[in-house]
Amino acid sequence: MYCAFYTIISVSLAGLKNMKNWYKIAAVILILYTIIFGMLGVVPRLAILNETIRNLYYHVPLWWAMMLQMGVSLFYSAKYLKGENKQDEKFAFNAALVGILLSIPGLMTGSLWARYTWGTWWTFQDPKLNGVAIGILIYVIYFILRASIIQETTRARVSSVFNIFAFVMFMLFIMVFPRLTDSLHPGNGGNPAFGKYDLDSNMRLIFYPAVIGWMCFSGWLLNILNRISLIKSKIDD
Amino acid sequence: MFNRQLLALIKKEFTLEFRQKASLGGVLVYVIATIFISALTFNKIIAPAVWNALFWIIFLFSAITICGKSFTKESGGAALHNYVIYKPLTFFASKLIYNFIFLLTISLITLFFYSWFIGYLISNFTLFGIVLVLACLGFSAILTLMSAIASKTDNTNTMMSILSFPVLIPVLILVLRISKQAIDGLSWSVSTDFLLILISVNAICIVLSILLFPYLWRA
Repeated sequence: MYCAFYTIISVSLAGLKNMKNWYKIAAVILILYTIIFGMLGVVPRLAILNETIRNLYYHVPLWWAMMLQMGVSLFYSAKYLKGENKQDEKFAFNAALVGILLSIPGLMTGSLWARYTWGTWWTFQDPKLNGVAIGILIYVIYFILRASIIQETTRARVSSVFNIFAFVMFMLFIMVFPRLTDSLHPGNGGNPAFGKYDLDSNMRLIFYPAVIGWMCFSGWLLNILNRISLIKSKIDD
Repeated sequence: MFNRQLLALIKKEFTLEFRQKASLGGVLVYVIATIFISALTFNKIIAPAVWNALFWIIFLFSAITICGKSFTKESGGAALHNYVIYKPLTFFASKLIYNFIFLLTISLITLFFYSWFIGYLISNFTLFGIVLVLACLGFSAILTLMSAIASKTDNTNTMMSILSFPVLIPVLILVLRISKQAIDGLSWSVSTDFLLILISVNAICIVLSILLFPYLWRA
C-alpha cells in the first residue's frame, strides 16, 4: 500500500513539472483507484454473476481502450495517405500493436468471466467473441502484410490501405452483427444492457474512471512506442 | 470518354481471358472437381444447413482463385502504361465489373453442377438468385482491392488468401444467413432486413475500395 502511494506521489511530482504528462498521472491514479475500490466497493448481489460482476471494471475498459487504439491507428493511417509523412504510418502500426497488446488481457479476463458465468472458457455461439477473434486475426495479418513488403513507401501505403479497410470490416462485424443475432453478452440480441438493471450508481463511480484510466494507460504505451520509433528513425537517418 | 475507356478495358480483360483458355478452364475444372469430390464424400445432402455451408465454401474458394489474379498481369511496363493513360477510378471499375461478371458466371455454373450432383434444396429461387448476385458484387469489390494489395507483396498467392478471409467474413455470414432463409423458403418479410443490411455492407465495400484504390495505384 505504502509502495503504491509512494509511486503515485513520485509519479505525480515528476509529472507535474510538465503538464503535458497529465494522462500518465491520470492512468496511474485511476487504475490504482479502480483496483483498490473495485475489490472493496459495494456491488449488487445478482444470481450467477455474484462477485464476478467486479470483472466489469477490468474486462470492459480493456476493450474500450483497445477500440480507442484501433481508432487511433485508423486515424494515423488516413493521415499517412493524406500527408505522406512516414512517421504517421509508424504511429498507426504502434497504435495497432498497443490495441493487440490490450486485447490479450481483455480476452483473458473475458474468458475467465465466461468460465464462471456461462460455464465455458470459450464459445463460438457468441458473435462478440467471434468478432474479437476475427479482429485479432485482422491485425495479425496487418502485421504480416507490413513485414512482407521490403520497399518502405510501398509498405507504408499498402499497409495503410489494408488497415483502413480492415478497420471498417472489423467495426461492421463487432458493432452490427451482435445486434442481429442472439448473444450471451448483455445489451445485445434482446438482452438488456448493463445500465438497465445492474450498473448502479456505485458501480458507475468505478466503471467510468476505469475506462478513462485504461484509455490513458493505452495512450501512455503508445507514447512510449512512438518515441522509440522516432529515435529509431533518427538513428537510421 | 469515360465510358469508352471503361468498355475498352473490360473488353480487353475478356479478350485476354479467352485468349489464354487455360486459366478459364482451370477455374471451371477446379469448381467441378471440388463439387465432384464433395458429391463422392457427402453423397446426397439432405440437411439444408450443410448444403448451404458447402455451397458457399466452394463459392468462397473459387472467388479467391478468380479475383486473385486481377493484378498479376499489371506489373512493370504494363503498370506504367496503365498509370499514365487511365484514371484510377476507370481502371479499378473495369477490374471490378469484369470480376463481377466472371464471378457471377462461375457461380451460376457452380450452382448448376452443385444442384445436379449434390441435390437441389432451394425453395425460394428468386431470393437465392438475389443473394447470389449481391454476394458476387460484395466479394468482387473486396477481392479486387485485396488482390491489388496482394500484388504489391512478394508472395502474392499466399497473401491473397490470408488477406481475404477475415475481411470477407462479414459479407459471408450475412450471405449464409439469407441463403439459408431462401433454402428454407421463409416469407420475404423475414429476409428484407437482412437484404437491406447486405446491400449497405456491399455499398460500404464498393465505396471504400474505390476510395482506397488510388493510393495503391501510386505505390
